[in-house]
Amino acid sequence: MIVFENVSMNYRRSASPALDDVSFEIRDGEFVFLVGQSGAGKSSILRLLMREVTPKVGTVIVDEINVGRLRKRKIPNLRRKFGMVFQDFRLLPEKSVAENVAFAMQILGKTRKEIKQTVPQVLDLVGLLDKSNRRPNQLSGGEQQRVAIARALINRPSILLADEPTGNLDPDTTIDIMRLLDQINRAGTTVLMATHDASIVDQMRKRVIQVENGKIARDQSQGNYGY
Amino acid sequence: MSRFFARIRFVLSEMWQGISRSFTLTIALIATFAISLSLMGVSLLVGAQVNEMKDYWFDRVEVSIFLCTAGSDTANCQGAATDEQKAEFEADLEELRPLVSEVFFESNQDAYQRFIERFSDSPIAANVVPEQLPESYRVKLSDPEQFLVIVEKFSDRPGIEAVRDQRATLNSLFAVLNGLQVLALGFAVSMLAVTMLLISNTIRVTAYARRRELAIMRLVGASKLSIRLPFILETAFSAVIGAALSAGVLAAVKGYLVDEVIATRFLFTSFFGWDAVQEAILISSAAGIALALFASWLGISRHLRA
Repeated sequence: MIVFENVSMNYRRSASPALDDVSFEIRDGEFVFLVGQSGAGKSSILRLLMREVTPKVGTVIVDEINVGRLRKRKIPNLRRKFGMVFQDFRLLPEKSVAENVAFAMQILGKTRKEIKQTVPQVLDLVGLLDKSNRRPNQLSGGEQQRVAIARALINRPSILLADEPTGNLDPDTTIDIMRLLDQINRAGTTVLMATHDASIVDQMRKRVIQVENGKIARDQSQGNYGY
Repeated sequence: MSRFFARIRFVLSEMWQGISRSFTLTIALIATFAISLSLMGVSLLVGAQVNEMKDYWFDRVEVSIFLCTAGSDTANCQGAATDEQKAEFEADLEELRPLVSEVFFESNQDAYQRFIERFSDSPIAANVVPEQLPESYRVKLSDPEQFLVIVEKFSDRPGIEAVRDQRATLNSLFAVLNGLQVLALGFAVSMLAVTMLLISNTIRVTAYARRRELAIMRLVGASKLSIRLPFILETAFSAVIGAALSAGVLAAVKGYLVDEVIATRFLFTSFFGWDAVQEAILISSAAGIALALFASWLGISRHLRA
């Protein structure tokens, strides 16, 4: 459950607010597109959720945690609720596919046994089990994004945040990745995806929240990219 | 429990990768730790030596009251000191007890014997006769610091040529040793300052080399401690190796330089023992490791986004 309640925020040295009185709710298990032009406020919403920034006014709530008021030392606990996927994949070039995924488990102190069990399962889910020992530079863009998705899922987050995950991919690969995200969503994970890609939004017919100049311009279930 | 070991294994492997990624800087860091901690240890050892010599000598030092000889030509001397004058001095010295703890009269015959012994190899010895050497009272004080009482009482009296405190000679030696100690400490402090800069720089380089890993760690929800600990351990590792090297240097200073070289040539004093070496090693190592922890925490706060 994600709740934004009258959230406004500014970046330092910026006159206009990045977000201006934004309110919406995302229930568990929803699939939501966050659309809008660059600088409209999509990234600010994601950064607020991860508590990389705090709201100036209003409250951000994730699973009953008041994110803005969260104590610094509790921030890691908040971030463990999310899996995060980016446009530029952010894989570690000198680690293999399996090592990249395992790294996210090692960080949280999971045992070797747990890692050995879980990593192949998740790689199987994203269809890369046969490429476990490849390095990222031996993979296509779509495959690299699958590794990133596997890494985001490995610690079983309740919410997957995707920031332009198909921005660097060709249309066919984009469809594969969207299928994968849909499959993950159907298995129960909430997906919030910021995107510019009109065609996939139109195809998927999911809820669309459109941000413009820091305000919610539209919140529509089964929406299109445009009106 | 196995989670705990998994965490330790992860932190150690991160530390090891940090070390191997900034290998040359780690070597530089170990070297500056070794040098600065050795200098600090040497400074402590010089201090221990000064204390050792003070203990050794201050028990033995005397104030010497030299009497006039026939050949003296200071204002207070008209020929050699008379027997009446000597009786007067002795009575006055008795009066100054218990400050005066022991008095020993050295006749010119005794002085001559000592002189001959001391300069047996020198042609001067042949040309000296006992009468040329002054008679003296060797006075031991219960409190050597009260030396001025004796000076006031006996200098400027007819029949006395000079009053000398052996401590004055020793003090100039101690001043030299103290100077050395301060110098070594000064070098140690400036080297430690360099070490701090180097620690900060090493952390910056490691953090930059590992920026991708760090970003992912933050994203996945690694605790602040598990992000920072590898950096701190990396610096502490260098400090421990540097401290071990400096311990070797200090042991060599004692075992070879002091015991084998210096002590065999300078027989007039005793030297600091292994307990002083142990203490110097403990203090400098503790200082080095404390500095490593402090500086790495500072460096991380500067170069790592929270």
